[in-house]
Amino acid sequence: MEPNFGAVVTVTNSGQRRTPKVAKTSSVAKKAVMAVSGIILVLYLIAHMVGNLKLFAGAETFNGYSEWIRRIGEPAVPGQTVLWIIRVVLLVAVVAHAWAAVSLWRQAKRARPQQYVARKAVAQSYASRTMRWGGVILALFIVYHILDLTLGVANPEGHDSTPYDRAVAGFSNPFITAVYVVALLALGFHLRHGIWSATQTLGQSNRTRERTVNAFATVFAVVLTAGFLIPPLSVLVGIIE
Amino acid sequence: MNLKLRVWRQRSAAEKGKMVTYEVTDVSPDMSFLEMLDVLNEQLILNGEDPVSFDHDCREGICGSCGVMINGRAHGNGLFDSHPQTATCQLHMRSFKDGDTIDVEPWRATAFPLIKDLAVDRSALDRIIQAGGYISAPTGTAPEAHSILVAKKDSDAAFDAATCIGCGACVAACPNASSMLFTSSKVVHLGLMPQGQPERNDRVVNMIHQQDLEGFGGCTNIGECSVSCPKGISMENISRLNHDLLGALRAGARPKS
Amino acid sequence: MALELFTVGEPIADTKAPTDVPIGERWSERRFRAKLVNPANRRKLTVIVVGTGLAGGAAAATLGEAGYKVKSFWYQDSPRRAHSVAAQGGINAAKNYRNDGDSVHRLFYDTVKGGDFRARENNVHRLAEVSTAIIDQCVAQGVPFAREYGGLLDNRSFGGTQVSRTFYARGQTGQQLLYGAYQALERQMAAGTVEQHARTEMLDLIVVDGKARGIVARNLITGEISTHFADAVVLATGGYSNVFYLSTNAKGSNATAIWRAHKRGALFANPCYTQIHPTCIPVHGEYQSKLTLMSESLRNDGRVWVPKERGDTRDPRQIPEAERDYYLERIYPSFGNLVPRDIASRQAKNVCDEGRGVGPNGLGVYLDFAEAIGRLGRPAIEAKYGNLFDMYAQITGEDPYEVPMRIYPAVHYTMGGLWVDYDLQSTIPGLFVIGEANFSDHGANRLGASALMQGLADGYFVLPNTINDYLASGPFDKVDDTNPAAIEALEGVRAQTERLLSINGNRTTASFHRELGRLMFDLCGMERSEESLRKALDRIPEIRQEFWTNVRVPGEAGRFNQSLEHAGRVADFIELAELMCVDALHRNESCGGHFRAESQTPDGEALRDDENYAYVAAWEWTPEGVPPVLHKEDLEFEYVHLAQRSYK
Ligand SMILES: Cc1cc2nc3c(=O)[nH]c(=O)nc-3n(C[C@H](O)[C@H](O)[C@H](O)COP(=O)(O)OP(=O)(O)OC[C@H]3O[C@@H](n4cnc5c(N)ncnc54)[C@H](O)[C@@H]3O)c2cc1C
Ligand code: HEM
Ligand code: SF4
Ligand code: FES
Repeated sequence: MEPNFGAVVTVTNSGQRRTPKVAKTSSVAKKAVMAVSGIILVLYLIAHMVGNLKLFAGAETFNGYSEWIRRIGEPAVPGQTVLWIIRVVLLVAVVAHAWAAVSLWRQAKRARPQQYVARKAVAQSYASRTMRWGGVILALFIVYHILDLTLGVANPEGHDSTPYDRAVAGFSNPFITAVYVVALLALGFHLRHGIWSATQTLGQSNRTRERTVNAFATVFAVVLTAGFLIPPLSVLVGIIE
Repeated sequence: MNLKLRVWRQRSAAEKGKMVTYEVTDVSPDMSFLEMLDVLNEQLILNGEDPVSFDHDCREGICGSCGVMINGRAHGNGLFDSHPQTATCQLHMRSFKDGDTIDVEPWRATAFPLIKDLAVDRSALDRIIQAGGYISAPTGTAPEAHSILVAKKDSDAAFDAATCIGCGACVAACPNASSMLFTSSKVVHLGLMPQGQPERNDRVVNMIHQQDLEGFGGCTNIGECSVSCPKGISMENISRLNHDLLGALRAGARPKS
Repeated sequence: MALELFTVGEPIADTKAPTDVPIGERWSERRFRAKLVNPANRRKLTVIVVGTGLAGGAAAATLGEAGYKVKSFWYQDSPRRAHSVAAQGGINAAKNYRNDGDSVHRLFYDTVKGGDFRARENNVHRLAEVSTAIIDQCVAQGVPFAREYGGLLDNRSFGGTQVSRTFYARGQTGQQLLYGAYQALERQMAAGTVEQHARTEMLDLIVVDGKARGIVARNLITGEISTHFADAVVLATGGYSNVFYLSTNAKGSNATAIWRAHKRGALFANPCYTQIHPTCIPVHGEYQSKLTLMSESLRNDGRVWVPKERGDTRDPRQIPEAERDYYLERIYPSFGNLVPRDIASRQAKNVCDEGRGVGPNGLGVYLDFAEAIGRLGRPAIEAKYGNLFDMYAQITGEDPYEVPMRIYPAVHYTMGGLWVDYDLQSTIPGLFVIGEANFSDHGANRLGASALMQGLADGYFVLPNTINDYLASGPFDKVDDTNPAAIEALEGVRAQTERLLSINGNRTTASFHRELGRLMFDLCGMERSEESLRKALDRIPEIRQEFWTNVRVPGEAGRFNQSLEHAGRVADFIELAELMCVDALHRNESCGGHFRAESQTPDGEALRDDENYAYVAAWEWTPEGVPPVLHKEDLEFEYVHLAQRSYK
């Protein structure tokens, strides 16, 4: 042993360790961004789902509804103003949500570079385990969905058609409907955990509420997913033509 | 009982580690898990091999020194339906069956650098406390104890949170390697006491900041922590921490740099 | 007394307590007379505090707050893991919140009497005085003590006292008190007043020109052995019950720090005074590594019994009432199951010695709740003792709601420790000793809930006041690692480390520790006799000899090496064990936890000999082969009258 009279320091003190970049914004603040943006998206989705169900009321009503969206606020504001506001808010929400998700994902990866040889999950559910990859599916889907039904560029009917026609044309194709089904199931799982998680993140859960929140999240996820799935499936089986 | 153990062996953080298989024979069901490791170590020493290092001290589930992953579960919690949540030292071999294979690994997290074999450095948790996990009450300044009344409900809830033993199982079990349950237990304990109010906002902001600095992951409310925690610290504490933190940020509290 | 065992040196006395004023004024008078250190000068003074339990944690935090430069050392990874964390029952304080006749004087009186009149009155009185400030301090820190619905603090009666003066936090009082001190300590670490040395074990004391000036310590992770200097050194390293191998202490609890300080000249007082706690879970096998305490409060409702017939192996539930011997209720009709710890322990040993013990190895007695469950209902028992019952079930695999618990005494606390004066300064100037590591307040037997009180009293209130008097004459000449005393100490530790690693024999450190422990429990445990002690004194040097020629310590010095840590501790325990036996042999009386078979009343109770033994035995270390030197500190009782304890 070499004589060494140096002072003993604790092996690791924070100064010696690399400061992760992520620390500039608190992880909880990021989670809050995610929860708030997630809730904005959820609120939008509720409206969106209700709107979609109007497919059952026939082409005229549905197209009329679509027209109406573009005219909300008229004549106080020029046409499409409110729609654009909604679009911008949604875009900001999605981007913020995805940014926070990705940065927390990376933080988590850095936090455990070496995995366990054996690992057994007990509390983790399918929904909570698939939040991240499910989110990626949703992101891809959102892009596709806009190209398909909003812009119509990816739609068999093209962008000159009416919304009703685009929907019916698209969903008559089993492949397109399959894409929607997969994405909406992913959404269901995402919301099953997301709603519970958002309640926690925003500090609104407690021991007595915990069960209610979780039950609500399940019911809500099922209802929303079903609400979204009914129109495409109805088109596919020919209830809506 | 005879058991096959697969134990993570790693001489230091700088060297590579691997799982090594050992046979342990004549294990009594009354032994604790750590006593079983003691038996293995005595065998290893007498065979001229290096004994397995693992942290432990009180061996009665209160100091928080011990803690290993057992078959993929922190402290083995969650493996046996009938066994209450405990620290590793309170797990007894009667929970296992003759012929079982048991995987034993250290806590794995960037914030817990490995020292040797199953022993890791958890001083990051102390630094989270240093960042604000206290009430500033220098010795001698205290008023008469009964001048501070605490509703029984609050003091019981504060106690529940305060039972955290700082073992780090929550971090080990968390898929994100987050120490949120640990941090929340202290934030909630002190935040529920009247004495803890003056520093409440700064405390939560600084502790979370330190938690991020240490390289822990962020919480995604999965709940593996709570079911692995020997003290059953509940997820409610995380919600309360979040509530406090968002309130503190709104009120303008910012971490000390 | 056989002269070859020890020699008698100069008597010793405390000179710091101002005995010219009445006892109730001595503490404030001492503080008044003590020199102070100007706040600006404190920054220039360094204090080493070894240990972060209640005593060391409280002291380091308080000295840091006061502005001293503190260096804090402990062997676990976090200060929060000091064994104080394991204390269950509670902490005493003379608050008299119950209006039940408690007072400082009564707490003082109970403690002196409980210690079987072998403690120093001045220290005990001060302890009782500062006890109330401890509760205030802990409440201010946010310790979640049990409370009443009105928001006031709850109290319970504990350890057979007639007043309710025990404050508690469910069954985890030590944990919560320790976390209070730990948080205060971490706060000072963040503030930069306390330098942290985690996982660092003190292995020697550096004494320069007769003053304690530093320590030699080993970083347990890197194996680096180095010197650390200061103007004063405080030892708060806890008790040495692990000399018995099986005890309720933590696996790492050790005597190394105080033993090595003893070898540097600090006198060791009353080493044989050990407390054996009656309600622990019995030993279940050879491989057993430690014993677990079941709170004393269980005796409030559980009834202790053994079968009347020896060798009765029936299921306890099958044994009819008439064939059971509720021996505590029989022998002590007025206190029954609530007799003090030493008595309950010894009687358990007696019935087991008679062959009436229960359980696999006959070392156990029943603690039966059937009657209480019948009277109060299972829910009430669950509410009171649920966590203890669960713990018992986890460890033994038996359900105590159905089958009576089995309990047996286990070593729990050591009243002996380094000798200190009223200022808590040892016989080496500049070396202070606090908490369980010193001998000061409990005499020959400690009352329940008084160790936490003493640890925090020493750490928060006593030492931070008395150490000023010493430090006021500092800063002392600078000492560094070129000092011959430092070099000698450092080289000594290195040499011992090398030696342990080089023996490479055939036995593990644990096997020596187990052997020593069994010997000590059998021969110097609950009952000691000249014969048993002489046997022990014959055997211990042989164990020591074999240890140093046949131990196998694997691994290297320059790495994390838990076997090496243990080896050093066992080496010290072997030496300490010998001194304990000498002390026990020389004290030819029974008092408190020290029961000499030769000194008992006709009905088998401990018989003190105040004529010859009303003194503190402070031992001076001598090299191997030279008998230790006994220095007596005569105990004077001005305020409490000597009386035979009686619990019948
Ligand atoms: C199971 C149990 C239950 C108890 N219940 C009660 C109760 O209800 N009420 C009560 O009043 N008392 C109780 N006691 C007694 C009481 O807990 C202890 O006496 C007291 O806590 C000791 O405190 P301490 O600060 O002196 O030492 P400890 O808390 O033991 O701390 C020792 C410190 O010294 C450090 N250390 C030790 N050796 C070295 C070394 N060589 N180098 C560096 N650092 C070292 C350790 O790391 C640790 O930080 C109980 C004890 C036990 C074991
Ligand atoms: C329809 C669109 C979406 C909705 C309605 C939605 C909703 C939510 C909600 C409410 C949360 C909970 C916030 C919290 O944890 O506190 C959440 C979490 C999350 N979302 Fe989304 N999200 C959507 C799209 C996405 C996309 C596109 C991604 C992909 C990057 C994504 C990834 C995540 C992740 C990783 C989480 C955190 C998971 C966790 O808490 O465990 N989400 N989402
Ligand atoms: S919260 Fe539970 S698991 Fe986490 S450190 Fe505390 S006691 Fe251990
Ligand atoms: S060794 Fe202390 S909690 Fe397990």
